[in-house]
Parts: sequence; structure tokens; C-alpha cells
Amino acid sequence: MRRLIAILPVAAFVIVLVGFMVGLKRDPAILPSMLIGKPLPAFALPPVKPMAAGLTSAELVGEPRLLNVFASWCGPCREEHPVLLQLKAEGVTIDGLDWKEEADAGAHWLDENGDPYAKSGNDRTGRAGIDMGVSGVPETFVIDRRGVVRYRQVGAITPEVWSQTIAPLMAKLKAES
Amino acid sequence: MTAEVGQFALILAFVLAMVQALATLWGAHRGEPVLMALGRAAATLQAGFVILAFGCLAASYIACDFSVALVAQHSNSQQPLAYRFAATWGSHEGSMLLWVLILGIYGGAVARFGGTLRETLQARVLGVQGLIGVAFLGFLIFTSNPFLRLSPAPAEGTELNPLLQDPGLVSHPPLLYLGYVGFSVAFAFAVAALIEGRVDAAWARWVRPWVLAAWVPLTAGITLGSLWAYYELGWGGWWFWDPVENASLMPWLLGTALLHSALVLERRGALVSWTILLSILTFSLSLVGTFLVRSGILTSVHSFAVDPQRGIYILGIITVTTGAALGLYAWRAPSLRTGALFAPLSREGGITLNNVFLVALAATVFLGTFSPVFIEIMGKDKISVGPPYYARTFAPLAIPLLVLVVFGPMLNWKRDNVAAVVRRVRVPAALALAVLLIGLVTVGWKGVVSAAAVGLAAWLVAGAFAIPGRRWWAGRANLSRSVRTTPPAVLGLSLAHAGLGLLLLGVTGVTAWHSDKVLTMRPGDSTVFAGRTLTLQSISLADGPNYQARQARFDITGRGGPYTLVAERRAYASSQTTEAAIHVSPLGNFYISGGDEADGGIVVRLWDHPLIVWIWIGGFTMALGGLVSLSDRRLRLGVAARAPAPAFAPAPVPAE
Repeated sequence: MRRLIAILPVAAFVIVLVGFMVGLKRDPAILPSMLIGKPLPAFALPPVKPMAAGLTSAELVGEPRLLNVFASWCGPCREEHPVLLQLKAEGVTIDGLDWKEEADAGAHWLDENGDPYAKSGNDRTGRAGIDMGVSGVPETFVIDRRGVVRYRQVGAITPEVWSQTIAPLMAKLKAES
Repeated sequence: MTAEVGQFALILAFVLAMVQALATLWGAHRGEPVLMALGRAAATLQAGFVILAFGCLAASYIACDFSVALVAQHSNSQQPLAYRFAATWGSHEGSMLLWVLILGIYGGAVARFGGTLRETLQARVLGVQGLIGVAFLGFLIFTSNPFLRLSPAPAEGTELNPLLQDPGLVSHPPLLYLGYVGFSVAFAFAVAALIEGRVDAAWARWVRPWVLAAWVPLTAGITLGSLWAYYELGWGGWWFWDPVENASLMPWLLGTALLHSALVLERRGALVSWTILLSILTFSLSLVGTFLVRSGILTSVHSFAVDPQRGIYILGIITVTTGAALGLYAWRAPSLRTGALFAPLSREGGITLNNVFLVALAATVFLGTFSPVFIEIMGKDKISVGPPYYARTFAPLAIPLLVLVVFGPMLNWKRDNVAAVVRRVRVPAALALAVLLIGLVTVGWKGVVSAAAVGLAAWLVAGAFAIPGRRWWAGRANLSRSVRTTPPAVLGLSLAHAGLGLLLLGVTGVTAWHSDKVLTMRPGDSTVFAGRTLTLQSISLADGPNYQARQARFDITGRGGPYTLVAERRAYASSQTTEAAIHVSPLGNFYISGGDEADGGIVVRLWDHPLIVWIWIGGFTMALGGLVSLSDRRLRLGVAARAPAPAFAPAPVPAE
């Protein structure tokens, strides 16, 4: 018995270690969403930046766009941010949903790092995010011109994810009448 | 020339570390005093050469020798001398050199002052330290050479990141490293004990001051980091659950557990293999703390340049150190003698419970920090869990622990009875209840949680003062004598536990009662906020050395006033920073940050942060408590065995 207990720490360590090894190598996998092919659930959120407009689901129609779920406390969002700014410069419409934090923190984040969003809303309680099935940040939904969710990206949009997956989809959505 | 001397000193230190490891381990195995003496000499020499190497790098920075690549990348001649010197550890390579420097000095200290140890134990401790030294000196020399030359040398260097040019940040890394590396000594002692197959009270007496010596700067360093984040990052947060912060919190939690369990081992000979395991894990998490953010596994605000090559080397070091130590533990721990028995209600029992909670807290933080890695492995993608996760997991574990803190020092060793314990805590309990009631009357039922938290803070502070208080009460016939003869360790314990209470007070104040307001203000506009009247007097532009500042000047009257605050927004060539204006007082801080321009004025954010300074006062008080404890002669090496029993002993003697 004592011997078994003494072996536990090293066994746990090996498991964690294997986790790190795999973590260093692994390719991001795609996670489908129940929402694909359905319209966004309804929400109306207050603004992130003071003196700005908020974000309501009804407004997210008219042209294909991205809805990006972010938070200032999220590390991977920091990686993703420059990519979003680049996309904005290229003319992609991105709206932001600031998830599970005070609007102040989100506003400060946008002040410091630049604001890639056309509109942004603060989802302090996380309710809107939960309705959309958000499991963590960052996440991004691709929405067509009728306001229907067409794709869900779990995790950061890297330049590769953009060029290989989302950009072709956006081009296709633009071509749809 | 200086850089070459440094480089050469580093290589010599690397060779000496190998000699140190081989000579001591082999010497201890064969019982050869000559080999062990050789190892000791190598440890002392290694310390000397690492000091020389660090001195060379520092001298290159001070002399603005831009032909050294590292100097050219992290300093320029306009930078003030103090920041040029501090830039020595402002880069990845430089901070690694600082790490190795501290490791070398600690090794030298064990060689020089460890004479009262059993010779083979000292030799094996030095051997393990030598192996760690080989790994890190190798890492430095082969993947992160700080002394690379540039040819041709540039005339001027690039500036150190402006955010990092700050007195708080200059002293933050060395303090953390003193802590992280300090735990390497406990680790070396644990591994040496496993090799020897012998753990006794003398072992614990030796390890405890080292653990405390690591814990004190780590506590101060974490507190300082939090303070820096508060005034520099611009929106008044004081803890962000960022991976790097968590990485310093995990060894702190385990180090705190170790501090207490080593006490049980020293006084009562119990918790033997548990203490060994904690020593190993604490240092392992320190390694994770220094290195994981550099490996690219996690991203963070604090990240240094990430290089996958380094990531693999680092993972290798962690694998070998922790893996070997835990493997050794699995093999040898079952043969260590089992500890003395104790009743569940006893000082030992209390400390065991404290350890269970601290380890659970560390595990919570570990899971939260590495959830991106684990979620990714389970087929999803890089995702962070944030403050919501910690609010739900960390707080429910921390609160019972805080309740228990007061009981610990009130318990007798070996066994105790409930009625006696309750009697001992009646004064702090009455005080805490009084505070809770006053709180409830003031804030009403809706504020019951915050009133309870303030009551808990009062419980901690009153409980902490009850420790020397009970002693002085028992010796009140000759009060001045009983105050004078109170061991520093008792005062240190009292301070550290009181600091925890002050910290809780600050956290509660700012979490429960902070308020904020956002508005657009033009010069001449006034507003009322949190009992203060605030007038924007003027907005002006000013030139800093390497930035342009927009200064908004506010006049404040009312609570704590009148005074003037200036909030700045600085535009550097590449980035903008917000320099918030903060009025500090024990009751609460007033925090102003000036944002974007909007219709003729600026967007102004105001925060009222009640009691927030107590967070850092509490943190530094805990560190001070550790320092006071460390000054106790009973903790001083070698003296402990001969320390006389206290002249008089009021029933439970709080002796740590």
C-alpha cells in the first residue's frame, strides 16, 4: 500500500508530462456547433466602450461577418488580436462580444491594443455566450447575410486558420445572393 | 574584453558544477572525505565564477558596450544608470544569468556554512545542487548565451520596454528568483535525504530556515508584482489570474504548506515523506514558474521571446529534475521510517489540514492555468478559463482555510480537547462577531457576505495578536520581561497571520464596495463621485523624453481633499500607455484614468477602490513576519539543537 502511494506522484507527473508533449505538437481540431445553419439566438448587450452603441443580434445581418467572443483576461486572445486588426484593415466586418468581465476591463483592453470591432457588446454575466454554446474564449462565429451561423471557430484565428478555412468561406458567403 | 571574461567565467562555472556534482556524489557514496572536500571547494569556486560572469554583464550594460548584442538590444545611452543596471536581468538571457547567480551563491553558502551537517548529507545536497547548476549553466551557454558580440557594433542601442522602466519592476524579478531558487535548496535536501534513506529532526531544522528564506522574498515579490499591475496597467485590477502570476502563486502555496509541514517534522518527527514530497513539488512548480511562459506552451502578458528550441530544452530540464526526484521518491519513500502518531485534534492535525487545503488550492490554480493545454489535448482548441473559474473554485477553498488559520497556533502538540481550544479563541471570536454585527447593522442583509468577510479579517488579525497576547497575559506579573523574552519566531508567526487578515480586508473592500463612473469632461466641467467633487481644470500637452503626454489636471475636494491629480496618456513611437492618477489613503484609493478624446473633451473613468492598499500592506506584513521569524536564533543553523527551553511556558507554547 505504501509503495503504491509513493508511486502515485511520479505517475501523475508522467501523465502531465505527456500532456505537455502532446500540447507542444498538436494541431487545432475543429469543433462543430449545434448552431450551424441556425440563426443567432437573440441578445441585446450594453456597450463595452463608454459612449458607444451596444450589440444586438438583430443587427448582425446584411453582409457576411464575424462575431468574435473575447475577454481581456484571455491569453490566446492576445495572440489573436493582431490578426483581427489586420482583417479589419482588409475590410472584414467583425463584431465583438466581450465575455464574462466588467465592461471597463474590455474597454481598457480595446484602448490599449486597438479596436478591431465594428460594434461590440459586453456580456458580463456570460448569458449570451452560453446561449450560443460558447465554452471558452476566444471563439468566432461566421454569420451570413441573413444572420445565420455558418461556421464556428473554437480558439484563436491564426493567419493559417484565416487563409485556409475562414477566408474561402467568407468569399463563398459573399457570392451567395 | 569584459564580455569575453564573462563568457569564460561562465564556462568555468559549468565545468566546476560538473566537478561539484561528481565529486560529492561519488565521494559520499564511497565515504571519501577528500572527494567531498573537493566538491565543497568546487561549489565555492563555482559561486565565485558565476558572480564574476554576472558582474561582467552588468559592467557591459553600465559602460554602454553596444558591441554585446544583449546590451544593444535592451539599453541605450539615454537610459538612466539605475535602469541600465537593471536591464542586466531585463531580458531572457540576463534573467537566466541572474537565476544561475542565485543558485551559485546558495550552493556556495551550503558549502561554506553547512559544516555542522552530517558530512555525507552535506555532500549529497551539494551534489544535487551541482546537477541543477549543470543543467542551467548548460541551458545558458548553449541556447541563451548572454555574451554574444555584434560586429560591427551599433553606435546606439534599442530601449528597454518603457513599461519595464519602473522601480517596482526592477526589484520584482530578483525577489521572485530569490524565492524560486531558494526552494532548490529544500529540493536538494529532499533528494539527498532520499538517497541517504534518512530523514530526522536535524534534517528539518536545516531545511526550515532555507524554506523561510525563499518564502520571504517570494511573498514580497508577488505583492510587488500585484502593486505594479495596479498602478501601471491602468484600470485598477490587482490580480489577473494571468499564467505568470499563477506560476508564482503555485510555488507560494506549496512553499507555505512546506513551511508548516517541516515544522511538524522538526518538532514531532511526523509527516516525514509528505514533507519530502512537498519539497520536491515546490521546486518543480518554481521551475514551471520561471520557464513555462518561455516555452510557448502558454501565452501571457509577461512572455519573453518564445523559442521552441528553448521550450524543448526547458521541458527536458523539468522532466529530468522532477521525474528523477519523484522516481527516487517512489523507490525510497516507503522505506523511510513512519512518523510519530498524533490525535486528529492537535497542532499536527491542524497543520495537516492546512496542508490539505493549501495543496488543493495549488491544484486548482494548476488546473486553471493549464486548462488551455489540457482542453487542447482533449480535442478542442486553445482556450483560457478566467476569473469566473477562480471565483468558483479558489474562494470556496480559501475561506475555510482562513477560518482555520487562527486555530492552528492555539492547538497543543500531540493532543488537545475541544473545550480548551474554544476557550483559547474566545477573545478573537468575540471580536470577530462584534465586527460582523457592526457590519450587518451598517450594510444590512444584502451585504451579509461582505460583512462576514470583514468579520473573518477581524478574526484573523485578532487571532494573530492573541498568540503573543496570551503569552504576555500569562506573564503579566512581569510584563516587560515577558515581552522582551518573546521569541522572534512567535512575533513573526503573529505578523504573518495578521498580514493574511489585512490582505483579506483589502480584497473584500475593493471587491464588495468599489464603484466607478465614466463620463466625458471638458475643461471646467465638474462631477460628483463617491463623496468627492471633481473638476477638470485643464488638458495640456507635454513632452517626455521619448513620448508625448496629454495631461489632464483635476482638482478634487471632499473626502480626503482638497488635492490635485494629473492623469496622463502617453504616446510612444509604437504604443500608447495610460498613466492613471491615484490618490492613496488607508480608507480607499481614488483612481482616475483619462481615455479617448470625444466631442471637445476626454472620456474620463473614475474608480473608488475602498481599502485596497491593505492588500499590499497585508502582503508585505506577511513577508516581514517571515523575516522576523528568520531572525530567531533557534532557527539559526546549528544553534537549534542547543537552544534552551523557554524559561516559563504558558500552556500551549506557540513556538514557531
